Amino acid sequence: MVLITRKIEFSASHLYHNPNLSAEENRRIFGKCNNPHGHGHNYTLEVTVAGEPDPVTGMVLDLKELKEILEREVMQRMDHRHLNYEVPELAGQIPTCENIAQVLWRLLDPKITRGRLHHVRLYESPDLFADCYRNGAAAAGKQ
Amino acid sequence: MSSTLKLELGRRYRFSASHRLHSAHLSEEENNRIFGKCNNPYGHGHNYVVEVSVSGDVDPATGMIANLADLDALVQHQVLDEFDRKSLNDDVPAFRDKVPTTENVCIEIFRRLKSFPEAKLERIRVEETGKNSFEYAGDNPEGNRL
Repeated sequence: MVLITRKIEFSASHLYHNPNLSAEENRRIFGKCNNPHGHGHNYTLEVTVAGEPDPVTGMVLDLKELKEILEREVMQRMDHRHLNYEVPELAGQIPTCENIAQVLWRLLDPKITRGRLHHVRLYESPDLFADCYRNGAAAAGKQ
Repeated sequence: MSSTLKLELGRRYRFSASHRLHSAHLSEEENNRIFGKCNNPYGHGHNYVVEVSVSGDVDPATGMIANLADLDALVQHQVLDEFDRKSLNDDVPAFRDKVPTTENVCIEIFRRLKSFPEAKLERIRVEETGKNSFEYAGDNPEGNRL
């Protein structure tokens, strides 16, 4: 099995606020991220697909196709958007790295038709990221 | 949220420390041969990067696996306060009789953080320099990405 990874970057704004909590609890739990005017990040997304190279093309999945899927599913949906207000898939969720990574997994998984989605890593900053795997297949090579 | 997906939260920290690779069980000559430049008796230093990965359910109220401030505080207290601007050989008791290779640094950091109460510690990855890195997942086969 071979893993291939494509990386993209998008910029978006968000804020953390749970309407079921008091203003004070929101501030305590989310700190600076609770600023009602929001703030933004340059997100980096790494998408890894696992599979056997096609004997004719030598490819697991044509990177051109993966690039188009990421453009359609991720860039058009999230780049230069406000994640709280403009991305229906995140409605009602706090747009943390963990939740965005899960949403991205669910958007991408059915679109990967050659090979199989193996790993999604979303960086909110170089020092903070979330990893998403299929349960029971955390280790590369276990499919 | 769902049992079909496994989510991990990863966080990077930095510390600078010196070390010397030297084993009391080996002769001077063997130490020299095995550890080379790293056996210099005066030691040398690195800017280490520590990557901590924890897993668990995402709390629907906060969208988080674990409270980042709590993880930061544990790492600060258990690792950074003890390792940053220190001599690993002289200042960290675990390395009094264990060679402070980055393999052993990974294991020691894992040991210090595995009691994190909010999520499961999956893996410690340490970059000794930008060109080499080491990972340890304890006895957790799921955490091993090999």
